[in-house]
Amino acid sequence: MTTVIERRRTPVRRSGVAIGAVVLSVALVLSIVMAVTIGPASIRFTDVWSSIASHLGFGQSPLSVLRDGIVWQLRLPRVLTAGAVGAGLAIAGAVMQAITRNSLADPYLLGLSSGASLGAVAVLVLGATVLLPVAAFVGALAALAATLVIAGIGSSLAPSRTILAGIAVSSLAAALTSFVIFWTATGDSYREIITWLLGSLAGARWPAVAIAVTAIIVVGVPLMVGGRMLDAFAFGDTSAASLGVNVVRTRWIMLIGTALLTGAMVSVSGSIGFVGLILPHAVRLIVGARHRALLPLSALSGAIFLIWCDTAARTVFDPRELPVGIVTAMIGAPVFVLLLIRSRRAL
Amino acid sequence: MTDGSINIRAADLRADVASAATSAPGLSARGITVAIAGRAIVDAVDADIRSGMVTAIVGPNGAGKSTLIRVLAGVDRPTAGTVVWQDRDWFGLSRRARARIAALVEQDSVAELPLTVRMAVALGRTPHADFLSGVSRRDEEITDDAMRRAGVAGFARRQISTLSGGERQRVNLARALAQDPRLLLLDEPTNHLDVRAQLTTLALARSLARDEGLAVVAALHDLNHAITFADDIVVLDGGRLAAAGAPRDILTPELIARVWGVHATVLTHPRTGMPVIAFDLPPDNTSDPLENS
Repeated sequence: MTTVIERRRTPVRRSGVAIGAVVLSVALVLSIVMAVTIGPASIRFTDVWSSIASHLGFGQSPLSVLRDGIVWQLRLPRVLTAGAVGAGLAIAGAVMQAITRNSLADPYLLGLSSGASLGAVAVLVLGATVLLPVAAFVGALAALAATLVIAGIGSSLAPSRTILAGIAVSSLAAALTSFVIFWTATGDSYREIITWLLGSLAGARWPAVAIAVTAIIVVGVPLMVGGRMLDAFAFGDTSAASLGVNVVRTRWIMLIGTALLTGAMVSVSGSIGFVGLILPHAVRLIVGARHRALLPLSALSGAIFLIWCDTAARTVFDPRELPVGIVTAMIGAPVFVLLLIRSRRAL
Repeated sequence: MTDGSINIRAADLRADVASAATSAPGLSARGITVAIAGRAIVDAVDADIRSGMVTAIVGPNGAGKSTLIRVLAGVDRPTAGTVVWQDRDWFGLSRRARARIAALVEQDSVAELPLTVRMAVALGRTPHADFLSGVSRRDEEITDDAMRRAGVAGFARRQISTLSGGERQRVNLARALAQDPRLLLLDEPTNHLDVRAQLTTLALARSLARDEGLAVVAALHDLNHAITFADDIVVLDGGRLAAAGAPRDILTPELIARVWGVHATVLTHPRTGMPVIAFDLPPDNTSDPLENS
């Protein structure tokens, strides 16, 4: 066995990643600070933060009750939810890409998000709102199981089959979600369908923050810590097993973890696509495929990405507001095409 | 461990280092059976893998070579039978403990995600790493050393996807060496390699056994490789043990005819004195060369 002295860390290789983490953390804080001050109701930067400080017990809010409510009840929880959901989806995407050995895997493309939406809508219809995250998790897990069974679980999940199976499951779950809403909803059902299928953070209030942040802490952080096991999957299951990894157990834990994370995020935001696809790829280009670095940096950049996508969604076409999923799809779909073209492996 | 079956010429070839290592016990498998859906892929096979020696596993396609290798590597549990590593129950050890002893080089293993050569080789340190700690200086050194020994240090920063088949195979070998194993298992290590790369790979495998006392197991298709590089040979046929022992005692024309259905003549190399197996082409218009004999 090695001694403590031999186990000291090499500073050189780690520093790049550490700098990246610090830079992204600062960028995330700045993004939150900036994003809450941007919105159709023009409120000055200092007033926004004085108002937030007053809710944290520092001083008096300079704003009227209405405008104070815009900051504290609408913008801040929405920005925080966007950050947590972006981080969660990016982690889920990176983990799925490793565990299915498919660089195109993503909770949206493999049907988890649609499955989670279906689960969420189903309990909403039944009136059991409390069970929303649980139902979304069950929906995500069921969709994932269906996708993997259709693709043919085995040591070699062919990338194309997995994606095609995901599309089939996703389409069916989306159709069922629309059906349930059409059948039960009165009035503005189109808006609701769009919210679940395209993803929107318009309804995010403090309970949404609580759910999304809790999911990050309870599921996301353990996935990031355990993520180093994912490196061993780079050359497949046999290789992972010969490196001492319990392949079956690790795969199940990781897949259930991604389903939990996706379910929690979808229950507050609907199925926002492509976040889990774009960010891990972008981060991998810069720091490589080592998951100890990839997962935390993907999470941070996912949070920043979705905060700004959502800020764009609610401001660019003011007074109209876009579902944020439209923004992420407009960026993500071309990236997906680019990845398809770049991947030289036979799909 | 040395028994009467090792003849004098074979013994002469061994370096002193290796003969010292001969006494070291290796892996001993008894009655290994692997059944998938009720069909025995490997059927009651015994094998003794000696430290400091190269053991070749040969046999026709579908004979169960890869399956046996996976059991010996500790990756798959056999349906029946026991494996003992130096007096300890092989599958009684933890998965990680086995991975610190045995390294497996698969045939045709490829990575989907972008990885540099160095990152791929560093994966070999996985079973030695503490769960939460980072990469230690010692891990870095062992990784560098493994790359040097496998001859991949020159392209450490290249992406795996840009490598040729031979280079990729050497990266896989380097990853196995980074595991710092006592038992090295190679599943058809010469697949897709040109002649020079084949010989370099096998010579490296043999020097790991000779110089470092590793127990090396290689599933091979080329019987001349087996007779040239191996100290021991295990012949599988249809999942069963057809023969085992010293290659030049075992690989006789009779056995080759029986197991592979091919006419062969064992010649002596005019310069090296090593045995060379020459095969007859099957006669025209027949699939079974033995039929017309």
